[in-house]
Amino acid sequence: MTVTAEDLTRQATEFLANHDPASTDRMDFLRARFDAGLAWIHFPAGLGGQNAPRALQSVVDEVFTAAGAPDNNPRRIGIGLGMAAPTILAFGTPEQRERFLRPLWTGEEVWCQLFSEPGAGSDLAALGTRAVRDGDDWIVTGQKVWTSGAHESQWAILVTRTDPDVPKHQGMTYFLCDMTAPGVEVRPLRQITGEAEFNEVFLTDVRIPDTQRLGAVGEGWKVAQTTLMNERVAIGGHVQPREGGLIGIVAKTWRERPELRTPELRDRLVKHWVEAETLRLAGTRLRQQLAVGAPGPEGSAMKVAFSELNQALTGLEVELLGEEGLAYDDWTFRRPAIVDFTGREAGYRYLRAKGNSIEGGTSEVLRNIIAERVLGLPSEPRVDKDVAWKDLPR
Amino acid sequence: MTDLLYSDVEEDLRASVRDLLADKAGAEALLARVETAEPYDLKLWRTLADEVGVAGLAVPEELGGHGASAREVAVVAEELGRSVAPVPFLGSVVLATTALVHAGARDFVGKLAAGQAIGALAVPLSTAPGAGFPSSVTANPDGTLSGRVGTVADASVADLLVVPAAGPDGPGLYVVEASAATVSELVSFDLTRRVADVTLDNAPATPVASGPAAAGALEQALLFGAGILASEQTGVAEWALTETVRYLKGRYQFGRPVGGFQSLKHRLANLYTDLVLARAAARNAADALATGTDVPISVAVAQARNAPIAVRATEEAIQLHGGIGMTWEHPAHLYLKRAKADEIALGTPGKHRARLADLIDLPA
Repeated sequence: MTVTAEDLTRQATEFLANHDPASTDRMDFLRARFDAGLAWIHFPAGLGGQNAPRALQSVVDEVFTAAGAPDNNPRRIGIGLGMAAPTILAFGTPEQRERFLRPLWTGEEVWCQLFSEPGAGSDLAALGTRAVRDGDDWIVTGQKVWTSGAHESQWAILVTRTDPDVPKHQGMTYFLCDMTAPGVEVRPLRQITGEAEFNEVFLTDVRIPDTQRLGAVGEGWKVAQTTLMNERVAIGGHVQPREGGLIGIVAKTWRERPELRTPELRDRLVKHWVEAETLRLAGTRLRQQLAVGAPGPEGSAMKVAFSELNQALTGLEVELLGEEGLAYDDWTFRRPAIVDFTGREAGYRYLRAKGNSIEGGTSEVLRNIIAERVLGLPSEPRVDKDVAWKDLPR
Repeated sequence: MTDLLYSDVEEDLRASVRDLLADKAGAEALLARVETAEPYDLKLWRTLADEVGVAGLAVPEELGGHGASAREVAVVAEELGRSVAPVPFLGSVVLATTALVHAGARDFVGKLAAGQAIGALAVPLSTAPGAGFPSSVTANPDGTLSGRVGTVADASVADLLVVPAAGPDGPGLYVVEASAATVSELVSFDLTRRVADVTLDNAPATPVASGPAAAGALEQALLFGAGILASEQTGVAEWALTETVRYLKGRYQFGRPVGGFQSLKHRLANLYTDLVLARAAARNAADALATGTDVPISVAVAQARNAPIAVRATEEAIQLHGGIGMTWEHPAHLYLKRAKADEIALGTPGKHRARLADLIDLPA
């Protein structure tokens, strides 16, 4: 019997009757919600869910939100929820699922992602962080980069090279890495905005027990694909109201500052407004497709369009401000917990948006993906396909 | 909530229209027809009307139609755009019938919905929603109409002309038998949708609405037309992308399929991205028209976005096809001509943006 929206509403209401959000300790409340199968309802029973349709998650969330219940601060633990959890669910041993998923969902343990390296960006499969077997452990040495939240994380999902003598896709192994283990060093990576959202992570002879290996030895690429697929799903986000994004900020400035207006800027602003609204509709449409179980391949295209819009729009905003655009709010080095496009000023937004077409797949790689996987055009030549990783030019 | 998907019923409708068009409106037949004395395929039109019921699709059942909505009309428009079929769908079903339904002109609606007559809305095809009531035709004291309207879509095959005219008591909407007017088809830029000049010289006319009701019926027809046109533009753009991808997979130069060159792959990926956005905008406009909510903004957004997308897609189709795309024998030009004419039809993107700026409060 499939669980219905009514069942879930009833379960959540009963749960709230037995766990008063106002008087229950926040963490106790979250643990109890997990144990009641009302955390991520599409997960299996005993692991925070009840194998319910994912589309009904919002039904449960709305009941909890309406009751003023504490949430697990999903923005703070986005990498755990969006990337680590589905991968642990798909490839984890029963012990690993039991050990990691509950504190991940409650936010007691924060996760980060150790994938990219200075020499492996778009070509992630070229990564070279070495893991060498040592009895019941692995010894890991290498350098990871663009790790958001590494300085606040207890755990990381980590892809390593375990066999350099086979072609790059074959010799990788995936681990769950304790970020407090000796040999893990986290250094902030300062960006063009002045702040450091991300880190470099240096791994020097870090000892990882084999029980923290996720998936088989040499199957790391397959496991990582699961992580990355879920990243794309997670980027889908929530339903935006009209003017819900950056366009709302610029439109507000336009309405409040008549002295800044010119006909030429107005025409560009309206074009961007149309683009923002169309993208919002395309995002809504994509979610409607997901909800009826027919996900389309539109996500990559929307990400390309989204980053172009953000860049054009933030550029327009700085220009619109004229003289004020010559000032910047603050170059002081800082470490924001989350990217906050709205809490900073126009110059920051302009600079930060430059990353939108690089992070989560560059627009160029995404265009290749659209052309090859959606339109079925010939693949780029793969000169490294049959070459042992150690023999690749670098 | 806005439904941006296609229902099963809509997909079935699409399939029957597409099958029919694949059978009867292939590219070769289309090209063979454009320079003949019969550029419209009225046999195909009758089949579409009789077998699929497109003529009265969105007409309420009590007025003799099928009681469907703008959503279904939009699906048909998408398919007709994909095939640039030379049928008077826009002029008759989308514009004239909608105006008459809003005017409450039962008898005329019944004729059009049954496919017994073809209609045309006697305004220049470039007329945008919100343009104000036209004054190029005047209602005479004896009830006849006089005046001239240029570039009326599908008028050369119409039996009934729905004519907005300025009367002594303000705006009026009239129906004129085409035989009572002089209709002269122009050498039209769009080979598969012709425009004609309509001249009325004391032409007998039947009044169907007057005053605000007439102005309202005209505005509703223009909004409906502009919103549905966004779906046609989606179909045109989709044809351009699909056909160009197909060609570039099979076209070899330098010993490889041309579609394997990254510069071309990225251009096609950009067209795909455009198409994702166009479809969302078109579905949103169709759903808004069907439910009557948020219509002016949804229509303006869809036209502002989709008209340039169809133009860009067909321009890219010509370029990426190389020499063959520049020839008369290849159908790409029919789509380019349609897309470019559609950019002007029912308001240019610039006009829609200007209207939108007022609607969303982005003042000058």
